[in-house]
Amino acid sequence: MTRWGMVIDLARCTGCAACEVACKSENNIPTVSPDQAEMGRATSWMRVMAEPKGAFPDTTLEFYPRPCMHCDNPPCIKVCPVRATYIDPEGIVGQIYPRCIGCRYCANACPYTVKYFNWYGPEWPESERQYRNPDVSVRAKGVIEKCTFCHHRLQKAREDARAQGRQLREEDYQPACAEICPTDAIVFGDLDNPTHRVAELKEDPRVMRLMEDLGTQPKVYYLRQRT
Amino acid sequence: MHRDVAEKLAKLPPDEQVLLRPLVDTSRWFYVGAAVCGAITLWGIIAYVLQVRYGLGRTGLNRPEYWGIYIICFVFFIGISHAGTLISAILRISKAEWRRSITRSAELITVLVIGFGAIQPVIDLGRPDRVLNVLFHAQPLSPLLWDVVSIGLYFFSCTIYLYLPLLPDLAVIRDSGIKAPRLYRFLAAGYRDTPAQRLQLERAIGVLSIIVIPIAVSVHTVIGWIFAMTLRPMWHSTIFGPYFVMGAIYSGIAAILVAMAVLRRVYRLEGYFKEVHFDYLGRLLLIFSLLWFYFTFAEYLTAFYGGEPGEMRTFWAKLTGRFAVPFWAMVAGCFVIPLALMSRQATRTPVGTSIAGIAVVIGMWLERYNIVVPTSVNPRWEIEGVGHYLPSWIELSIMAATFSGFILLYMIATKFVPIVSIWEIKEGRASVQEVAERVAHYSERVA
Ligand code: SF4
Ligand code: SF4
Repeated sequence: MTRWGMVIDLARCTGCAACEVACKSENNIPTVSPDQAEMGRATSWMRVMAEPKGAFPDTTLEFYPRPCMHCDNPPCIKVCPVRATYIDPEGIVGQIYPRCIGCRYCANACPYTVKYFNWYGPEWPESERQYRNPDVSVRAKGVIEKCTFCHHRLQKAREDARAQGRQLREEDYQPACAEICPTDAIVFGDLDNPTHRVAELKEDPRVMRLMEDLGTQPKVYYLRQRT
Repeated sequence: MHRDVAEKLAKLPPDEQVLLRPLVDTSRWFYVGAAVCGAITLWGIIAYVLQVRYGLGRTGLNRPEYWGIYIICFVFFIGISHAGTLISAILRISKAEWRRSITRSAELITVLVIGFGAIQPVIDLGRPDRVLNVLFHAQPLSPLLWDVVSIGLYFFSCTIYLYLPLLPDLAVIRDSGIKAPRLYRFLAAGYRDTPAQRLQLERAIGVLSIIVIPIAVSVHTVIGWIFAMTLRPMWHSTIFGPYFVMGAIYSGIAAILVAMAVLRRVYRLEGYFKEVHFDYLGRLLLIFSLLWFYFTFAEYLTAFYGGEPGEMRTFWAKLTGRFAVPFWAMVAGCFVIPLALMSRQATRTPVGTSIAGIAVVIGMWLERYNIVVPTSVNPRWEIEGVGHYLPSWIELSIMAATFSGFILLYMIATKFVPIVSIWEIKEGRASVQEVAERVAHYSERVA
């Protein structure tokens, strides 16, 4: 069975935030004004979190690129009153924007705070509008959204593979963040397929998942810093 | 008041004369009060229209403070609604004679406030236009859905529970002809107060007062579960169900006390809301202030002792951090003030109980604030940083409108139904002998 997942090597991540930018342009995420961002209303499905480490003057920053964990046991899904968030058979946790009533219960239930709400309707400057991605729906005001593992790319890759009469290959389906990462810190693939790199990487001794004790079973794995 | 109405009123027995007077005699102050409440309500409606037009961005909400004033008010108002039904049902079942004059005003609070509570989560929705999806795409595992069911059931049963004991009084108004004859003919639904009808009525009330208790308990339990079912620090706690029920009854009693004190003054009901009623309800309030302390202490001690880092951030934010002021104000309002006032006979007076009542109402609002906000702004993952929340004028206006809207409806309701149940008072007067015998029986020596 296919289970899409991600392994992020923290030792490789330089905190360049290319994944953040790639995600925003791939998924039609509008930028908000500075004061809205200040209010905590900026949207970043993939976000590079920084944690200061050590005592002055020996300080470093440690970076955690943080998408939705696509938990195998997702607490966000149980609480949704209208089934507007669901997990598909291949493990991708998705959103049904036209059905969501905007109660934000799922956002409160997600321990990783990865859910974003559309406080206002989306807006783009004229110059940017033409660069929106036609494969991704623009979310209306008042609904919840989050990382989808670029689910639309999977659909496309599948169609292409079918048209060419072949199996889906690992490189056919990569989310924008994994594709762009200049240090190859983000690796994506099928966790259950031994030929995919993630299947091997998730057995690495450095591996960990966020808040594993909650039993949410994230499908995003991290490889700790080398010590 | 018209002369013929006054004449008709004068012909009625003394209880009816006093209790039906507010229905036909309206002072100028009533209109002033109603106008003020109406204006505030209108203001809030305008604020809501703006919010719908521009989006929830007009509130102070953000990430991670996804829920704010509306959800606080939701929990608060539904809590107040436990005033009537639960208290009056329990008192009815336990045959507490002193309940007779207070049940009606309490039940009225319940029915009127449920609606105001229930619209809060709808106001909070990003897409109120899709609210019916809750029915079309119902997902039964969501606590929000449990809520829809149990609040719906509660509203339905409370309305009947208010209406049935109203029937004999509605019939009296109909027969006296002092007001809107057609309306009351319709409302009284052909009730004639024959002994057979009375018997049936009392049976129905008896059954209903048993049924509404578990429903009322379920309502606030489920509201507590909305929070408890998430994995958030200081929400994910088994005490929340019972804690919320207890808090709801507590704030309900406080609300009744305040309402009674006001009604007693403006409608001159000293003969019905006597010192003893305030005294007894004050004692109940005292018990609940102790219960409140017990539950709160248990909750915080458990969190503190476990010392889980995620929990502790929220814990200290409340006790000594950014939320220390609302936290200790809550302790004062819910515990110190009512305890100090209600533990002494001398301050269990109408004035003393209303002060305690107001303190508890404010304290219980703050309690909900202290549940919703500190946990929201302290995400479990520390690197997220701490959030912030400042309600916007839109949220505050809608909150003010909810309060004023409720007061307005309550005021109007006192113009249509007697705020003290006439027939139950009369029944009480007639049954003094029987009650005396019953009481004597308690202490009879058994040979
Ligand atoms: S990370 Fe949050 S939003 Fe994503 S699946 Fe897990 S609980 Fe749901
Ligand atoms: S905000 Fe939308 S997706 Fe989230 S729980 Fe509510 S309806 Fe479901």
